[in-house]
Amino acid sequence: MIQAVMVISTQAKPRLLKFYSFQPPEKHQDLVRCVFQLLSARPESASNFVKVDSIFGPGTKMVYKHLATLYFVFVFDSSENELAMLDLVQVFVETLDRCFKNVCELDIVFNFNKAAEKLHTILDEMISGGQVIETSSEQIMKSVEEIERLEKQSSTTSFIPKSITERFTR
Amino acid sequence: MEQLRTIGRELAMGSQGGWGQSKEFLDLVKSIGEARSKAEEDRIIARELEHLKRRLADPDVPRRKMKELLLRLVYAEMLGHDASFGHIHAVKMTHDESLPLKRTGYLAVALFLDERHDLVILVVNTIQKDLRSDNYLVVCAALTAACRLIGEEAIPAVLPQVVELLAHPKEAVRKKAVMALHRFYQRSPSSVSHLVSNFRKRLCDNDPGVMGATLCPLYDLILEEPNSYKDLVVSFVNILKQVAERRLPTSYDYHQMPAPFIQIKLLKILAVLGSGDKQASGHMYTVLGDIFRKGDTASNIGNAILYECICCISFIFPNPKMLEAAAETTSKFLKSDSHNLKYMGIDALGRLIKINPDIAEEHQLAVIDCLEDPDDTLKRKTFELLYKMTKSTNVEVIVDRMIEYMINITDHHYKTEIASRCVELAEQFAPSNQWFIQTMNKVFEHAGDLVNIRVAHNLMRLIAEGFGEEDEGADSQLRSSAVDSYLRIVGEPKLPSSFLQIICWVLGEYGTADGKYSASYIIGKLCDVAEAHLTDDTVKAYAISAILKTFAFEITLGRKIDLLPECQTLVDELSASHSTDLQQRAYELQALLGLDKTAVESVMPADASCEDIEVDRSLSFLNSYVQQALENGASPYIPESERSGVISVGSYRSQEQQETSAHTLRFEAYEMPKPSLPLATSQTSMSTPPTDLVPVPEAGYYKEDNQTSMSQPPSDAISGEFGVKLRLDGVQKKWGRPTYSSSTPSSSISSQPTPNGASHSDGGGSSSQPRESSYGSKRQQGTEVSAEKQRLAASLFGSAAAKADRKAQASRKTAKDSPSTEKVATTNVTAQPVKEQVIPAAPPPDLLDLGDEPVSSSPPSADPFSQLEGLLGPASAAPVLSGTPATSTSKAPGLLSIFSDDVPTGVTSVSTDPTLGDVNSMGSRKGAAAVASMKGPSLQDALQKDAAARQVGVTPTVNNPNLFKDLLG
Repeated sequence: MIQAVMVISTQAKPRLLKFYSFQPPEKHQDLVRCVFQLLSARPESASNFVKVDSIFGPGTKMVYKHLATLYFVFVFDSSENELAMLDLVQVFVETLDRCFKNVCELDIVFNFNKAAEKLHTILDEMISGGQVIETSSEQIMKSVEEIERLEKQSSTTSFIPKSITERFTR
Repeated sequence: MEQLRTIGRELAMGSQGGWGQSKEFLDLVKSIGEARSKAEEDRIIARELEHLKRRLADPDVPRRKMKELLLRLVYAEMLGHDASFGHIHAVKMTHDESLPLKRTGYLAVALFLDERHDLVILVVNTIQKDLRSDNYLVVCAALTAACRLIGEEAIPAVLPQVVELLAHPKEAVRKKAVMALHRFYQRSPSSVSHLVSNFRKRLCDNDPGVMGATLCPLYDLILEEPNSYKDLVVSFVNILKQVAERRLPTSYDYHQMPAPFIQIKLLKILAVLGSGDKQASGHMYTVLGDIFRKGDTASNIGNAILYECICCISFIFPNPKMLEAAAETTSKFLKSDSHNLKYMGIDALGRLIKINPDIAEEHQLAVIDCLEDPDDTLKRKTFELLYKMTKSTNVEVIVDRMIEYMINITDHHYKTEIASRCVELAEQFAPSNQWFIQTMNKVFEHAGDLVNIRVAHNLMRLIAEGFGEEDEGADSQLRSSAVDSYLRIVGEPKLPSSFLQIICWVLGEYGTADGKYSASYIIGKLCDVAEAHLTDDTVKAYAISAILKTFAFEITLGRKIDLLPECQTLVDELSASHSTDLQQRAYELQALLGLDKTAVESVMPADASCEDIEVDRSLSFLNSYVQQALENGASPYIPESERSGVISVGSYRSQEQQETSAHTLRFEAYEMPKPSLPLATSQTSMSTPPTDLVPVPEAGYYKEDNQTSMSQPPSDAISGEFGVKLRLDGVQKKWGRPTYSSSTPSSSISSQPTPNGASHSDGGGSSSQPRESSYGSKRQQGTEVSAEKQRLAASLFGSAAAKADRKAQASRKTAKDSPSTEKVATTNVTAQPVKEQVIPAAPPPDLLDLGDEPVSSSPPSADPFSQLEGLLGPASAAPVLSGTPATSTSKAPGLLSIFSDDVPTGVTSVSTDPTLGDVNSMGSRKGAAAVASMKGPSLQDALQKDAAARQVGVTPTVNNPNLFKDLLG
């Protein structure tokens, strides 16, 4: 099972955090810090797998990919295959790339309100309840686009102030 | 991903405004990005949160704006700031009719809350409603949120709808419904257990995606109980075959691989189903062979599948052809340049050597390369492999390497792990006691606080018992070398506490034994230790006891020595200590000084740490008294555990004990005293004269004994646990006092660990011979490889012939068994004499199953255990005597499971000891042959001694697992 997906910048700032197993919110920052310390200490040539049982509990491993200014990190337990997880990171990045046409950290940061939703939508299409459910970036894109299309159709009311609609619905 | 590296788009950000975000938010992100310090960033976010709080509460904000505000809140919380004030707004937004807002609401709720949060109750209703929605996106959002937010109690509320959704026309919904059910299963298996058939049904779903998703819950279910899913083996094999033959639509291809994640999951499932099942495995060979043949080693995902195949093969019933293919692929991995593949290769090798240890030899140089690689992950993985393939032939090299590595790492967690592995390997395979002690010293010096205290006790025991042969000279030489090295090292700063305990104990016991050092010198050193570690009560206790012993030995020898001033200060200080244990020891020391020679001799016999102490645990001497009381109408004693509504004194006490050893001062409030408890004990047990008898709660006493594995005679138990015992004071006076006025005989042992049976046999001989011979044989292998590496390889992997030779040699060496080995059997004897015979032979059916495990045979002797030996003997005689130990590695998993099943249940007296399980499982994992043959003779020893002991009527005190360790190999 996948325990967590993290995107962390090389400046140690979290860009995306999603936990599939329960972690108390106040611990999130510690986790990010620990993971970042591990990552930043690793040379470029080293393998992409790290045992993280001291951070996430026994048997957990982490796969990461360092791309431009971002670390993409997947944390998972022994029921997943390391190489396959590495490819899942790849799927995720590929999908982001399709989605944002040459994705870079700034897309994720500056478009946070837009991108965060999209990122989470993408992740939700890929991983559900900690299990991989889709690995084709094309398929993921298709569903994400359809969701957006449908959302647009139904989002005509959004310019009316909240108080007015509330009055109507009452 | 080349494009990713181009970040020239900072300037283009302006054009991104069309994405519908506000200037405000852009400014915020920008200012955070430009913040020079954490404090500045915090200030900015605090301001932002203030702003959000105001806006979210403002009813005139447009709803679309609300969505943005909520996402900004998510952003702030992701950066680690408390945004809990906004959680309720997220919950509210899930009620919204508009799809984008609802989805945002669900997203925020899933990120903010978890199943234990109070607000979840408000969301459950919404989820329930949304699961019935016509819009499949709403349903999907609700299912995703359900995965995260539905806790055990809420499952029944949504379960019917989720099950209905399994038949939804949209495959995305079916997929998510399966995942949600899986999640429910993980949370609370019982609540969805009646729905398991649904997973089977979904396996036949038209959509391969849904089928693939179903594999996830099925994998979990099969792991739980593989036997009820054996009927699916053929279906799984068929699916795998179809997938591998590219029968799925190409949209499931990933990098030209057909549905790799489905293949991997299927392989994992097959591995579980085929494990130890020849028939099921038979179905799999063809498809596995196909996958190997088509295997694509160029792409990452291709390798992932191949690796999974290797794993599968290593689990299922072995097939020579498959193993060959797996070994071939493994060697491809190992030869690769990619660190990732090397890592997988090492891992695969670790799995394969369990089946065929010879596979490792071919790859020795690759393994050594990985060991010397700067990549930490790879290095650790390689150490894991070495740990798995350690034998008595290569233990020295491997453990030395491990220690070398251990010294240099700072990661506490891993240091602990590797230290305990060093200890484990050294305990299991040590070629000589000398080496073992040296190795342990190194481990303790560098990671003493990280290893289990039991290890320290083992080491002390070993030093006390020596080589185990009749050669007293060698033993005393060993001890004096230990004393020498400890005296050298004791002055160093920052030694770990447990190491200091060992040092103190050894110095106290053997410091003056060979006459090399004067008593005052040793005492001076011990005083220094106690002074240098003011905060560590345990070390101080060990030091003062060691001083006491040194004095006692001097007095016994008729030499009169004066209390050094520094020693006097120490004693004075300790007698006023807050720790009653230290006080006790100080008083004992003072009392001892006033005694004459003969008294001291009986109180503190020299070198008696190996002697057993008799404790009549059933208090049989009181039987007549109890009988009398009962006849007089007293109500019978009801064991504590059977009394209702009484908190166990035992657990309370053990907690207390931990606390006293961990802290010098207790900062937390004292617990409420429960005076009625001990009173009740004494009253119910012997009601007429409550003053005289000893209501020591037996359960607690036993427990404590097992925990510390120290021999604690009753008086010591009182001294150690004085804080707790105080409560008993009003009731019983006789028991508590004497320990104060004069030191009882038992106090000498109070600080000493039990001299349990030596678990380390002497392998004897140096390893130079096999090393050299294999060195020669490897010479022609790889000319460009440095000689040093080759030597390392040779010493690690050694040739098979050398191994056999050595093992035979080792097995001839006699391992000493401690006089206390028989304790195990007799611990319970006093209490339940009927069971006496049964205990050692308790798990006979399983023991007999181990027939091929080479427990060495022994000449029949006239003790009651001859029967048992007869049972064990014939089966084991062959491997040992022929000198070619039958390595039962292929059976290892089976053996392992037998141990894990039976040890705790079958043998009651042993099951409490934590060491046993480890040792046994270790032994079986690593070719039980080596261990058992080395330890063989001690079995016989143990049995004989046991018999002798029982004839004499000795009832030793301490649980000792070694008898059973020997039996089980």
